[in-house]
Amino acid sequence: MSWSSLIPATSFMPIQATEIAKEVDLLYAFLIIASLVSFVILIGGMTWFLIKFKRTSVDQKSAYITHNNFAEFLWSFIPLVIMMGIFYWGMVIFEKLRTPPEDIAAEIHVTAEQWAWTYRYANGKEFYSSANDPMIVPAGKATKLILTSKDVIHSFYVPAFRTKQDAVPGKLTQLWFEPKQPGEYIVFCTEYCGTKHSGMMIKIKAIPPEEYAAWYHAEKKGADTPADLGKTLFAQKACASCHSIDGSRIVGPTMKGLFGSNRKFADGSQAKADENYLRESILVSSAKIVEGYPPAMPVFQGQLSDEDVANLIEYIKSIK
Amino acid sequence: MSSAHTKTEHGHTDHNYLNHGSGIWSWMTTLDHKRIGLMYFATVATLFLIGGFFALGIRLHLAKFGAEPLLSPDTYNKFMTFHGAIMVFMVIIPGIPAFLGNFVLPIQLGAKDVAFPRLNLASYYIFIAGALIAASSMIFNQVDTGWTFYTPYSTAKTSNGVILLVLGAFTMGFSSILTGLNFIVTTHKLRAPGMTMDRIPLMIWALYSTSIIQILATPILAITLLLIGAEKTLGVGIFDPDLGGDPVLFQHFFWFYSHPAVYIMILPAMGVISELITAFSKKTIFGYRAIAYSSVAIAAVSFLVWGHHMFVSGQSTIAGIVFSIITMFVGVPTAIKLFNWISTMYRGTVTFEAPMLFALGFMFLFTIGGLTGVFLASTGMDVHFHDTYFVVAHFHYVMVGGTLMALMGGIFYWFPKMFGKMTSDLGGRISWVLIFTGFNVTFFPQFVLGAMGMPRRYFDYLPEYTNLNQISTVGSWLIGLGFLVGLITIIHGILKGEKASDNPWGAKTLEWQTSSPPPHENFTTTPTVTAGPYDFR
Repeated sequence: MSWSSLIPATSFMPIQATEIAKEVDLLYAFLIIASLVSFVILIGGMTWFLIKFKRTSVDQKSAYITHNNFAEFLWSFIPLVIMMGIFYWGMVIFEKLRTPPEDIAAEIHVTAEQWAWTYRYANGKEFYSSANDPMIVPAGKATKLILTSKDVIHSFYVPAFRTKQDAVPGKLTQLWFEPKQPGEYIVFCTEYCGTKHSGMMIKIKAIPPEEYAAWYHAEKKGADTPADLGKTLFAQKACASCHSIDGSRIVGPTMKGLFGSNRKFADGSQAKADENYLRESILVSSAKIVEGYPPAMPVFQGQLSDEDVANLIEYIKSIK
Repeated sequence: MSSAHTKTEHGHTDHNYLNHGSGIWSWMTTLDHKRIGLMYFATVATLFLIGGFFALGIRLHLAKFGAEPLLSPDTYNKFMTFHGAIMVFMVIIPGIPAFLGNFVLPIQLGAKDVAFPRLNLASYYIFIAGALIAASSMIFNQVDTGWTFYTPYSTAKTSNGVILLVLGAFTMGFSSILTGLNFIVTTHKLRAPGMTMDRIPLMIWALYSTSIIQILATPILAITLLLIGAEKTLGVGIFDPDLGGDPVLFQHFFWFYSHPAVYIMILPAMGVISELITAFSKKTIFGYRAIAYSSVAIAAVSFLVWGHHMFVSGQSTIAGIVFSIITMFVGVPTAIKLFNWISTMYRGTVTFEAPMLFALGFMFLFTIGGLTGVFLASTGMDVHFHDTYFVVAHFHYVMVGGTLMALMGGIFYWFPKMFGKMTSDLGGRISWVLIFTGFNVTFFPQFVLGAMGMPRRYFDYLPEYTNLNQISTVGSWLIGLGFLVGLITIIHGILKGEKASDNPWGAKTLEWQTSSPPPHENFTTTPTVTAGPYDFR
């Protein structure tokens, strides 16, 4: 956009590593220009009045003006319209930031703790890292992170991607990004988390998709993928006695095609089956009872580790 | 206050509230709202110096002038916590309402005192008790949570000092509630004959709106803080996910108070500014009703916007959008006020004594603070700025640039009434130049740091942020120097100031129609009001 390049302010922003970063910066440029104009009107007007109406003699009289309905309507209505526009513009960007696309090339479980991040890939590759191992992702393709925390709240912030999401213990949140070019991008923790809060940095390294594919399949760590481990656990916990994997109906809903489907609940509400829904249903199944099924599932809270749950979710995702 | 102030300069003067009783005991047991206001002044000023010490420590550390860091990470986090907690709970929240409000409100209404004088004194001692409890956490089990006490860090991962600090804040909350209650009843029941609700000064409208927030919101904070204590000592499992609790629930509770609390800080400042602008423009305020009702509107909307602190907390996208649009509505009454103040100067006769300079400084800084608030209210933009230095800069412009500028302006404005003496106008102006310049030098670079991505509450940062941090630190010394000059000017005024006339600024509100300083019960004869508060015809 030509007009946004008129001001140098956006140059203070980090590099624009994603398409969304460009959109955010465009809004930013607009806000800066709008603010400058407003500032000049307000403070410029004030300064002008101060000079023009400076008291010059002791017995000078001020005018007697109490109000002006038309002026007051204008300066209430115009700011309202402008702010509704800014709200709408921000909302459009926010929804893009918050809604991952359908085709995700890499999905990574990220667990925060004081003061490091662990990331696990779908094939079992796992890194415990504070700064040394970058998070490898494909460039030009979408990556989705599924975030949680072991201890306190942390926040995953990538300035170059203009995106940020808290990692909350006891809950799964998600974040997605699509770096346009290969490169290294810094990740900060932005939710205060104690002594080494400012030292909790990692890097995201985006590499060409072919290189990523080669890296992803090479030197696979461990024999079992999270989905494999989840499958074993599914058997151990006798989940199959109530949940089929082939679409047939037994006691509880089938796992086939469950992930990403729309669920209707006994109380009339509905939700999309995402990671957080699966997590909640595994740990405390009574939270949301699927319409037409009995509330029969035992509570697994306290019996499964966060990693167990993540593995089960990966297995359920794989039952298509 | 020491008993020295009760003695008069020239051996004898008329009987006034300062010499109504003598000795320290007459101050400590006083029921006079003016004396209680001054006691708050002394207390808040002391706490401000402590909070300022931590601020300078933080900035000095972040300048990285030496080869070794000035503070260890843990010490830095404690400095950051005490700076925030002291400044918010003990300086900015009580500053204008409890100090200036207590002094001015009954006189402006033409009342002899607040509705419940004993309760007023009790509120002061409750505040002192709370401040002492909170301060004891500086000695025992120091706290490093930040002033927001986010769970589960505060409940599961840090020292038990948190309990002392939240207990202190809890106690001070009662003081806040009781003061608010006192002001509301006083405003409704003790107005002078003829003073209808549309003839009360705008300072009172601001204090009235503030009081409503104090009464409705502070109990939420109290309960939240108690829950932190319960969580930490009994492990009740409301916020701890290991026990089935929800850590984000705490944020909802906390901001349900603390967002309205932002308006507890800024609304009284707006009240002060309304008084100063009209008095130093010698002109009737423009749009009295609009300013009055916009205070009430801000108070009302302030309860519906807390979720804008949590756009990236994991709350749903739709919740973020709803909180964003409601937050935008706050901008409208705020813009109305700014336009009205500026219009008040139009065809006025403006003079530039120190209080007016502070009012103009307020307008300048608050405009920047308000405009950058729109950046943060916009969801798509906030995701990048959330928890960065952009936020730090924004709220310092609003809360410090706004509230402290108004507080300083208010002190210099009402000083002649408080002590019957004038401050040195030159001293006030030098103080203003230093604070105003220093403030912009300190906090403007932080907008840029935030845009560059520097997160807040960082002990250390990337090399590319160094220059701006150093500029910021230099600015902080200017602010410190400015407040030092201000303090010296005030003390000099108390000790050696020229005698003030009853109405040195030529203002129209009732407090200027009694003597300086006022007699014990404010007026020798009850005033009768026949016109609006700013009738400069």
